[in-house]
Amino acid sequence: MKYKIQVNKLKLYYGDVLALKKISIDIAENSVLALIGPSGCGKSTFLKTLNRMNDLIESVKIEGEVLLDGENIYHPKIDTVMLRKRVGMVFQRPNPFPMSIYDNIAYGPRIHGQSNRALLNEIVEKSLTGSALWDEVKDRLHSSAMGLSGGQQQRLCIARLLAVEPEVLLMDEPCSALDPISTMKIEELVTELKSQYTIVMVTHNMQQAARVSDYTGFFLNGDLVEQDKTDNIFTRPQDKRTEDYITGRFG
Amino acid sequence: MVTRQSYDQELADLRQSLLNMGKAVDQAIDEAVISLAQQDSELARKVMDSDDEIDQMEIDIEDKCMVLIARQQPLARDLRIIGTGLKITTDLERMGDHAYDIAKIALAMNNQSLIKPLVDIPRMAQMSQKMLKDSLEAYTTLDITLAEQVCLNDDEVDNIYYQVFRELLTYMMEDPTTISQATQLIFVARYLERIADHATNIAEWTVYLVTGQRRRKK
Repeated sequence: MKYKIQVNKLKLYYGDVLALKKISIDIAENSVLALIGPSGCGKSTFLKTLNRMNDLIESVKIEGEVLLDGENIYHPKIDTVMLRKRVGMVFQRPNPFPMSIYDNIAYGPRIHGQSNRALLNEIVEKSLTGSALWDEVKDRLHSSAMGLSGGQQQRLCIARLLAVEPEVLLMDEPCSALDPISTMKIEELVTELKSQYTIVMVTHNMQQAARVSDYTGFFLNGDLVEQDKTDNIFTRPQDKRTEDYITGRFG
Repeated sequence: MVTRQSYDQELADLRQSLLNMGKAVDQAIDEAVISLAQQDSELARKVMDSDDEIDQMEIDIEDKCMVLIARQQPLARDLRIIGTGLKITTDLERMGDHAYDIAKIALAMNNQSLIKPLVDIPRMAQMSQKMLKDSLEAYTTLDITLAEQVCLNDDEVDNIYYQVFRELLTYMMEDPTTISQATQLIFVARYLERIADHATNIAEWTVYLVTGQRRRKK
């Protein structure tokens, strides 16, 4: 098994507050890792360390290392724009740009210098097919993305990510604003996408973690309490705190 | 787009695993009775060895069901598929045990001449095996008419069992030297009668799987 990402003794401070306490985890390529835990436990903060989104917050200080294909992404010479192209992110609420469906998808490739119309057409179709949205929008590519339903907008955001050919997809509660059917569609999509991408997903929905992930990590108070195959976490967790949390007997 | 495809696939895999187990059990019963009727010790040993594989199949199916419950939060028919899967695998494993028991008796009797040619016991085996096959067919195709038929056939097997029992009793009363073998043959008949009962259970679980209602037992 090849590890796409290896995190070694990662510590993160917000000012003086230690928000992540020496996290170490290896993330297998072409797998889905779900991160679960109560609010404020550090799972979203951890997710953002994987493509240096925390750089944008001034008080943040980071120790330890995050290796992407063996290379430390916190090395001073790393180009964060290229890093975020390789490690893309989907957020809680779908955030399409106020432009057409087509332009939403073509935005990334254009920024990265692609202007060939035929190639852009190809990228748009491929990305929308990849996010299982193509059949629903192929006849209205040039209408506004804002007219799509919430679930469709979220799949559009995933297509927008796929358009720049990332390697890792970070998802921060991608279904929390969606209805159950749209949620199931995103979950099905995640299962399909993992053959080509490595996916790390934060979710408040434990059942979702159980359904879609290959591996699960349980965060509590900035600690990664337990990480294992999802089958094991949900049938025989080793740590009592994990068991209490997943069985709803927390606190 | 279609949702929960991988889950549906896992449910289909579960069903396939049960069918594979059913096939292995059917073969074990078949060979156990042949090994008895033809006094074939090698075949009897083969049946006894194959029981470990059947036991392992049960464990694998149980694990599969536990993981599906933990990971997919099954509801409605999905829940019944998994619940009945857990019950059916136990029935199949018990049938496998009875095939083992019959093979063990066959092995113990391999150096004695049979007190009578075996007619009713192979017939019972055939009927029980047909019930097993039909119950699995009903389970696969969700055919409750066929499932009902399996339940009705159980009476016939019970009748032959009592017939065999009475016949062997007569042998024993007439000639006490037949007692040791005749009691063993009564056990064999009893095992086959139990196998038919387990096939009936599978058929009853099929009715529950399809309708959500328990079949009324007589």
